[in-house]
Amino acid sequence: MEMKDAFAGTLESGDILIQISPTEKQGVEIELQSSVAYQFGEQIKKVIRETLDGLGIDKALVRATDKGALDCTIRARVTAAAVRATGKDVWHE
Amino acid sequence: MMFVPGNNPAMMQDAFIYGPDSIMLDLEDSVTMAEKDAARLLVHNALKTIDYGDTEMVVRINPLNTPYGKKDIEAVVKAGVHVIRMPKTETAEEVIEVEREIEKVEKELGCVGRTLIMAAIESTLGVVNAYAIATASKRMMGIALGAEDYCANLKTQRSPEGTELLMARQTIVVAARAAGIDALDTVYSNLNDMETFRREVELIKQLGFDGKSIINPRQIEVVNEVFTPKQKDIDKALTIIAAIKEAEKKGSGVIAVNGKMVDRPVVIRAERTIHMAIASGILKEEEVL
Amino acid sequence: MSSLKERMALIEAQAARMGKETYHQTGRKATTPRMQYQQECSKVVTLEQAITRSGLKDGMTISFHHHFRGGDKVVNLVVDKLAEMGFKNLHLAASSLQDVHKPLIEHIKNGVITKISTSGLRGDLANEISRGLMEEPVIFRSHGGRGSAIAQGDLHIDVAFLGASSCDPLGNACGYSRSENAKSICGSLGYALPDAQYADKVIIVTDDLVHYPNTPNSISERDVDFVVEVDSVGDSSKIASGAIRDTKNPRDILLAQQAAKVIINSGYFKDGFSIQTGSGGASLAAVKFIREEMIKQGIKASFALGGITAHMVKLHEEGLIERLIDVQSFDKVAAMSLKDDSMHKEVSANEYASADEQGSATHYLDMVILSALEVDVNFNVNVLVGSDGIIRGAIGGHPDTAADSALSIIVCPLLRGRIPCVVDEVTTLITPGSTVDVVVTEYGIAVNPLRPEIAERLKAAGLNIVDIHSLKERAEKIIGHAAPLPFGDKVVGVVMNRDGSVLDVIKNIVD
Repeated sequence: MEMKDAFAGTLESGDILIQISPTEKQGVEIELQSSVAYQFGEQIKKVIRETLDGLGIDKALVRATDKGALDCTIRARVTAAAVRATGKDVWHE
Repeated sequence: MMFVPGNNPAMMQDAFIYGPDSIMLDLEDSVTMAEKDAARLLVHNALKTIDYGDTEMVVRINPLNTPYGKKDIEAVVKAGVHVIRMPKTETAEEVIEVEREIEKVEKELGCVGRTLIMAAIESTLGVVNAYAIATASKRMMGIALGAEDYCANLKTQRSPEGTELLMARQTIVVAARAAGIDALDTVYSNLNDMETFRREVELIKQLGFDGKSIINPRQIEVVNEVFTPKQKDIDKALTIIAAIKEAEKKGSGVIAVNGKMVDRPVVIRAERTIHMAIASGILKEEEVL
Repeated sequence: MSSLKERMALIEAQAARMGKETYHQTGRKATTPRMQYQQECSKVVTLEQAITRSGLKDGMTISFHHHFRGGDKVVNLVVDKLAEMGFKNLHLAASSLQDVHKPLIEHIKNGVITKISTSGLRGDLANEISRGLMEEPVIFRSHGGRGSAIAQGDLHIDVAFLGASSCDPLGNACGYSRSENAKSICGSLGYALPDAQYADKVIIVTDDLVHYPNTPNSISERDVDFVVEVDSVGDSSKIASGAIRDTKNPRDILLAQQAAKVIINSGYFKDGFSIQTGSGGASLAAVKFIREEMIKQGIKASFALGGITAHMVKLHEEGLIERLIDVQSFDKVAAMSLKDDSMHKEVSANEYASADEQGSATHYLDMVILSALEVDVNFNVNVLVGSDGIIRGAIGGHPDTAADSALSIIVCPLLRGRIPCVVDEVTTLITPGSTVDVVVTEYGIAVNPLRPEIAERLKAAGLNIVDIHSLKERAEKIIGHAAPLPFGDKVVGVVMNRDGSVLDVIKNIVD
């Protein structure tokens, strides 16, 4: 899938900043910085992966800076970043 | 009705705890153009996931004549929003158009009729058309005043007394009552002046409004205090309700309290008082026999 | 007739019987003006002289107080000097430590400090210690527990280095100053008083050396061995804020309202009641709501206890609180009130909250509002270790006031970001659940099943009383399940109960 650099989200408390970049390597690579990494690091990565998977993205570098976002927020931010990166609209699939 | 910016996850997550009657997640004025897409996704996911209990969930969409309106409707109807709030409504046709868009999505989902509409009237033309707007669709559940844009349109500014809003407020209440829907007042944005805010809430209650739009949880208490019925009114209302039950039991069409006949409007007012008392939590449903 | 000369034989005989000398006049009395005398006082020395003369040796225990909070300069100044003088293997026993004490990390690595006792740790120092910086675990005590341990000899202090906002050459010291040179005002020196009383040697470190007599004094010259004058004992902007700052955070206001309603409807809100609150936003806001109700109902409090804030001073000055008992002044208004108002009493840590002193004020406390990092379904509270396993707080007077008060109220949000505050089991046990009565969150109020009468009263008042398990489930539903923390096998901290028993241990965190 054609992709450019894009980001969504903020660094405010309760939010997550997602930056998506194209990559040569196969698979989704996630670099996560989180204030709750010990307790929720794996869960956050899982949500990012599942969301991208649902959008048909299997190749990307994701940099995520998390400020304690809930799963629904992570899903929204990843989707927004992915839509911006690919130009593919989620509302008219 | 508490306004919450649609691009702020922390506030969207917290809004519920302050106990507003309804929460309005905003996709319009509080979201910049560049963030419309992200906010829409955030609101969609929040509505689908966060447990807002019994709180009525409202989303203010962007107007249909912007590139965002239709997508907003699709996103929030799919997420099961209770009410769509239309901003800057001026004509009945705009309501019908929004209804058409809602219905399109609902048909796809198989839930036609689920989503209600509230229209914010924010211009002189909107005020003139208030009744037509209020009756434009059977989905209409309320009309609201948006005072900032209205004042600009009127070529004046807001004053603490709200003289300039009197006509609009009364027109909206009258239209809402005539249409059998709710009337909601505009926001008051100076958080440091709680006294003026309280006077404004007292005024709009007296004018007949059903509620007030607020921008901060700190304003909830004032609105609740003003709108909560006083104990002596509740007691009186309970006596009247008891008299109705008594009359029903006897099969009598005449309702009397202390030997005096009670008129229909008095009964309606009593029922409304009881309803408000239950809503404010000072009266329990089982206490009303 | 009997002259002194005639009685001489009798005097000598009497002296011999008593094993005493007879009096011999020795020289003339000193005629130096006494102002000059003060300046030559032998107690006033340099820091290095004070350390040398105190007899401090490797392996001994030194102590500090934390009344200068985030602005403290005394700990770093003294430990730097001790390192320079070549001391090793010292036990640092502070009433608490803060972010500003980051330089201790180097002194621990260099072996100057090998053991720490404190009420709390924060910042980088806490971070490093949580990861296993020290061989010896840090000993954590509550303020009352520390006072007891010092008085009982469990915590023996060899040399106390006590910062003071003013001191005279003899050692009469205060946490405020009556001079024009006042620089670093902290108010009460309550946490330093046990050290002053029980340490073998006491060194006052001050940046405002004033004329004798610096009375009324907080620390008496009788307890002081040396007085050291320095440029600054603390950064005043970080010691105490100047004015009342009301929280605008709506969540804090909501929590404060609920806490105030708990107090008002608890059954203890009667004329002559006593109360303690913390310095957090919700606690301060609660005082405002309680004040309104006191005025409305015509109720007055006999005393407010603990950390005193401008809010409490205001109520006192309005006649709503008769007396203030102050172990720590949280702001300048409180510090000034302590200085000027005789109904505002300074109290030492053991007189404040010691479990074994009958007179400690906490025994006579009706209600206390406390905060928490975590509360568990058994009402146990943790205020010391973050949910990530990193030490990030202080025990303070938490377990003391919870145990001794008639009603303890914990105010904490259910969630801080994605961190749950109501959990299955607290990360570290600080305040046992049997002493915790009410937990106020934004999603409802939980009452300890040990206090059914309180639950009844609050329910009758229309408050939203919920089962604490339902709060925990609610939190889990919102944030999901937290993964277990990566603890190692090393014990980095020991939590002492206020009675001197060991309550819990803190394990290291492994990355």
